[in-house]
Amino acid sequence: MSKPQPTMRTALGKVRGLGSAKHGAGHFIAQRVTAIALVVLVPLFLITLINAVRGGYDGALAYVADPFNAVLILLAIGAALYHMRLGMQVVVEDYIAKHGTKAVLLILNTFICVVLFAAAAYAVLKVAIA
Amino acid sequence: MSSWTDKRPMSPHVQVWKWHLTMASSILHRVTGVGNYIGIVLVIAWLFATAVGPDLYEPLAGLIGSIWGQLILFGFTLSICYHLLNGLRHLVMDAGAGFNPKFAGFTAGLAIVLAAVLAVAIWYLAGLVPGFDPLNMTGAAS
Repeated sequence: MSKPQPTMRTALGKVRGLGSAKHGAGHFIAQRVTAIALVVLVPLFLITLINAVRGGYDGALAYVADPFNAVLILLAIGAALYHMRLGMQVVVEDYIAKHGTKAVLLILNTFICVVLFAAAAYAVLKVAIA
Repeated sequence: MSSWTDKRPMSPHVQVWKWHLTMASSILHRVTGVGNYIGIVLVIAWLFATAVGPDLYEPLAGLIGSIWGQLILFGFTLSICYHLLNGLRHLVMDAGAGFNPKFAGFTAGLAIVLAAVLAVAIWYLAGLVPGFDPLNMTGAAS
């Protein structure tokens, strides 16, 4: 084996972990895969949703209670929340330079998406299974 | 910027760059992305209200059925339509196609125009205009 390459990088630079985090491609791919799913899910969800809200509260209940709609809603909202969490992460990383503020916003972004998903999942499961 | 005659490429900076359709479409994509982030809260609120019961559903439906609610809903529709269409454009560009400047400008303009047409079509087909309650959230006309 050859001896290790000399590096220009300082010890501080190394421990702060600046530079490649080795998972940039994962973010990119996940953003695209959810996008492809949403191309199908969003139109289906919108068309059925618009149909459902015509019927007022009873219409809404009947819509969510249908097994196929329930799965469609969970898939559409799940993919959308995942996709928008990734998107908002990029927006925050692009515009917020301050370390602390950036960290807080990134965590908040994740929390918001998870809370929204929990609320949606609770609602769909309650109506569809009850 | 119209008086600019120098053919050489300009320095890449927002205040110096000539405004292009592709630039507008890129910025709009981000703006509508954030718009959809806010809009989905409304959808999930509606779902949640459906699960909780009429006590929450009816006031929310009334709110969405109001003029402001409908305006926000239409803006959300526009936002979804544009982000979806331009997202398709992005997927094509991710695959390595459509980068010719003229063609890219054309598809950018196309996404903007089609999004507006699609949003209006959705509201028209959903039974638009009278009473500012096209989606009949209040369930009054069914």
